[in-house]
Amino acid sequence: MLEIRDLHASVDGNEILKGINLKVNKGEVHAIMGPNGSGKSTLAKVLAGHPSYEVTAGEVIFDGKNLLEMSPDERAREGVFMAFQYPVEIPGVSNAQFLRLAYNQKQKHNGAEELDPLEFKDLLKEKAALVEMEASFMTRSVNEGFSGGEKKRNEILQMAVLDPKLSVLDETDSGLDIDALRIVAEGVNKLHDGDKAVILVTHYQRLLNYITPDFVHVLSAGRIVKEGGKELALELEEKGYDWLKNGNGKGATASSQASK
Amino acid sequence: MMAPELVKETTSYATAFREATQARGSHEPAWLQSLRESSFEQFERAGFPNIKQEEWKYTNVTPIAKTNFAPVLVSNGTELTRDRGLASFIYEEARQSRLVFVNGMLRKELSSLEGIPAGVIVGDIGEALQSTQDETTIREHLEQYPYAEDSGFSVLNTALFGSGLFLKIPRGLDVKAPIHLFFFGEGEAGKTPPAVFPRVLIVAEANSAATIIESYASPDTAVYLTNAIVDLAVGDGARIQHYKIQRESTGAFHVATTRAQLGAQATYNTTTINFGAALSRHDIDVRMDHEGAECSIDGLYMVDGSQHTDTHSVIDHRQPHCTSHQLYKGILDGKSRAVFNGKVFVRHGAQQTDAQQTNKNLLLSKHARVDTKPQLEIFADDVKCTHGAAVGQLDEEELFYLESRGINPGLARNMLTYGFAGEVIERIGIESIRRELDAAVLNRLHVELKGELTT
Repeated sequence: MLEIRDLHASVDGNEILKGINLKVNKGEVHAIMGPNGSGKSTLAKVLAGHPSYEVTAGEVIFDGKNLLEMSPDERAREGVFMAFQYPVEIPGVSNAQFLRLAYNQKQKHNGAEELDPLEFKDLLKEKAALVEMEASFMTRSVNEGFSGGEKKRNEILQMAVLDPKLSVLDETDSGLDIDALRIVAEGVNKLHDGDKAVILVTHYQRLLNYITPDFVHVLSAGRIVKEGGKELALELEEKGYDWLKNGNGKGATASSQASK
Repeated sequence: MMAPELVKETTSYATAFREATQARGSHEPAWLQSLRESSFEQFERAGFPNIKQEEWKYTNVTPIAKTNFAPVLVSNGTELTRDRGLASFIYEEARQSRLVFVNGMLRKELSSLEGIPAGVIVGDIGEALQSTQDETTIREHLEQYPYAEDSGFSVLNTALFGSGLFLKIPRGLDVKAPIHLFFFGEGEAGKTPPAVFPRVLIVAEANSAATIIESYASPDTAVYLTNAIVDLAVGDGARIQHYKIQRESTGAFHVATTRAQLGAQATYNTTTINFGAALSRHDIDVRMDHEGAECSIDGLYMVDGSQHTDTHSVIDHRQPHCTSHQLYKGILDGKSRAVFNGKVFVRHGAQQTDAQQTNKNLLLSKHARVDTKPQLEIFADDVKCTHGAAVGQLDEEELFYLESRGINPGLARNMLTYGFAGEVIERIGIESIRRELDAAVLNRLHVELKGELTT
């Protein structure tokens, strides 16, 4: 579904990603881990098309199309979704208005039926139940005055409404208490199926107790320095990231299996 | 000091003033005749304001001064009827509590007072003068003006107003239905454009409550001058909610003064929405001369093309324990210009004042321009005051957030603009006004958002 080849990206002239290679197939869950400043969030933002990041080399193929040639909104309509680490507040626009507009843009793109406010209300009610969000959140301005946990749940609600093929969750677990983490993780699990893929960008292993990754990739200084199965995450939890720096991690442990 | 050319420009007003004085003869009480005389003298001395005056630095009223307007002093004929044209301008909530003015003149046959409870005095200001009791009240208030800083426009209104409204809400009465003052302007292309001078005095006695809607509209191409004054006296413990909606044609000129005097523990909340007119100027003056008064003075101006809009507000804390909040927002497109000048005075001794003032502007075009000047002058030492102004474009992170959800950049921009206006509009307590303004904002944005944003 997604193939990243030798991806280099910079922000303000500083190279953050220095040659990322990653292949994600349908049905897979990938975790991207790594210390602060390793480039994990940059990778997520580059996939979503954030204008502050400049891709200087490499390519990203999504469903056979060149993702990097598409504008952010085209990517979203094609089925790429990024849950923001810091969801943005949009004063004066209600959550329901925003979600219906986004939903109908995608429906129009797919030649599918657009929904009027009443029809959409039913759909929204069903999706909101997934992340245990009350109806009152739908009439409030997007993310305005939401707690950290509510904002993250709202991201997963958007994911549920837009039903993307590829979801990139950027540090969705950060700042969540244990109940919110459970709700968010269960939401992601319920939405996942054999036709979709998920990339979890996370610093901690905690989220992976709830969402089991098929593959774990460790990023350090803009490169993937180690890859393995879900047990690699546990090892990182135990040992921290320091042993992976400066390329020492390569082949440092027998217990991890390289992903394919 | 009077510029010589002003003499010529004011001739039609001088003629009108002479005619009006003759026509009124002895119908009007002597005190009003003399107030009109002195007001007109002041107008002749000062003329219309010019850009050398600090308060008019950014607003050039030469187009008004140079136009030969025909002052409307008596009710003039119109085809407007209850059914034709009028219905769409009246807010549902005020269907039975509406006062309709055509070219500044109160038209009883188009108005409806059934929804206004007994005890409320409401009617043409000229007729109210026939009652001794009301005359006393009117005199007491009118003779307080003009303030020293009032412009030639407001004294010209006092000299010439031929109709207007006197509204008195008796002590303790809570009027549920919003009272809608609807001003319709009708200047026809090719004819001498009319100048209209509506005058409103609202007296809310102690512990009374009411909602006032003041709206101005006109056919798309109408050319005329509105020069209005609305004075409010909000008694001790009284609560007044005041909405002013100005959506006149882009050929119209709109100059208006709103002056409010607040009693002890009085509450005055107002929201002004300004979409229309070629040139509009709104002076707001709120005086808190008694302890414990509260006001919120909010507004939104949204202009495009070559429109010019100017808001000057003065919020005067003269006694302790008063609160004022002000949020004014502006959206400018095309080559439009906006001026916001907000003065907050905290006088000597006005301790425990709580004053907040914010003016935020969104520029949608490189050619639009805003001049904003929030001013805070504090002469007391135990106060909580903040003020600020911002001028900016749409936020890139917000745009990216919307785009990352599949919304195209054009729609995303419009949605954020709509949201920017929404912060003011959503505070309006009357649903049909909110609906109208929502639609008007979307209409201004020229997009197919309409259906998309209704919920």
